[in-house]
Amino acid sequence: MHALNESPAETVPSWPEDIFEILQRFDVRQVPYVPDAGHAQLIKRVLGERSMRAVPLTTEEEGVALLAGAWAGGQRGVLLMQSSGVGNCINMFSLTQILRFPFLTLVTMRGEWGEFNPWQVPMGSTTAGVFELSGIKVLRASHAGEVREVVEAAAGQAYNACTPTAVLLSQRLIGAKVFVK
Amino acid sequence: MSRANLLERRSVVSALLEGRKDAVVVGGLGASTYDIAAAGDHDRNFYLWGAMGGAVMIGLGIALAQPKLPVVVITGDGELLMGMGSLATVGLQQPRNLSVIVLDNEVYGETGGQASHTGTNTDLVGVAKACGIGDSRAMSTLAEIKAFAASMQDVAAGPRFASVKIDSANLERVLANRDGPFIVNRIRGALGFSPI
Repeated sequence: MHALNESPAETVPSWPEDIFEILQRFDVRQVPYVPDAGHAQLIKRVLGERSMRAVPLTTEEEGVALLAGAWAGGQRGVLLMQSSGVGNCINMFSLTQILRFPFLTLVTMRGEWGEFNPWQVPMGSTTAGVFELSGIKVLRASHAGEVREVVEAAAGQAYNACTPTAVLLSQRLIGAKVFVK
Repeated sequence: MSRANLLERRSVVSALLEGRKDAVVVGGLGASTYDIAAAGDHDRNFYLWGAMGGAVMIGLGIALAQPKLPVVVITGDGELLMGMGSLATVGLQQPRNLSVIVLDNEVYGETGGQASHTGTNTDLVGVAKACGIGDSRAMSTLAEIKAFAASMQDVAAGPRFASVKIDSANLERVLANRDGPFIVNRIRGALGFSPI
């Protein structure tokens, strides 16, 4: 009975679950993050998983340094953040080239695809460029059906080849934040 | 500039690391890394030559990965000020095996001795305590430092934070290794992990 009252809009998307499954398969143990609505479901899964350590950060560059330490200590990690946090990381991204450790970050995009808040647009527009200038490969997923293969490819090249990689999860995938109904 | 009664940084770091045993030691960008090298090169030394503000977080990453090993971060006041939020992150995670020591000379010694915030109003011990690092203390004698060094081996009672006001004299640099993959893979090797 209850199920009949649920509208399709309230259905939980399956792509965060796809990501979680890939992270588990690659034995990811440390998950630093600055929260974003687009990552909320994945963060909840990580917080409930005993084999993973969720590490809330005060600013995103902390996560780059944390993952360098994690690797030195024998563990893999992934940094979850939104596009506005990428600019906070720029100098710390040096570590990905200098230490050549397996760096993977999953970035939920703001400032594109119907964005209401103009303050998100400048950083959202330069996110991919910042990564590329920092020597980090950029992959993008814009539709739910491609998230699995994109994240899998990113995890493969990051963890197996130490190729620092960012996956941009498009605002088209996540849905633009609604400020006024 | 040298002030009387302040400890000399190299003797502080030597005393901290004398009985290090299996500890992994992270040195912040700048003189702290030279101090650690001066105390003796070691497979488990993580020397930083950049990534200012990252020393505490690198230490946290190692500490979470290796909870049975003592992990020691030795850094300067300028380096720590740039990553002050990481004390809040450590306060939240409560890694029992992590010790953070700041060698506080109240200046940016590498760049000409410009004053840092700690020489006036910023109290890093107070910051650490307020971030939830319960065992946060100021140390001013070698006896206190030796007692603290012994406590770093207890991987069940951290996190710890200690500030030592040190003499700001610039000492001759002792150049640590600066090849990143070598440094990281040497630590990984010492912990039983291979490169990819």
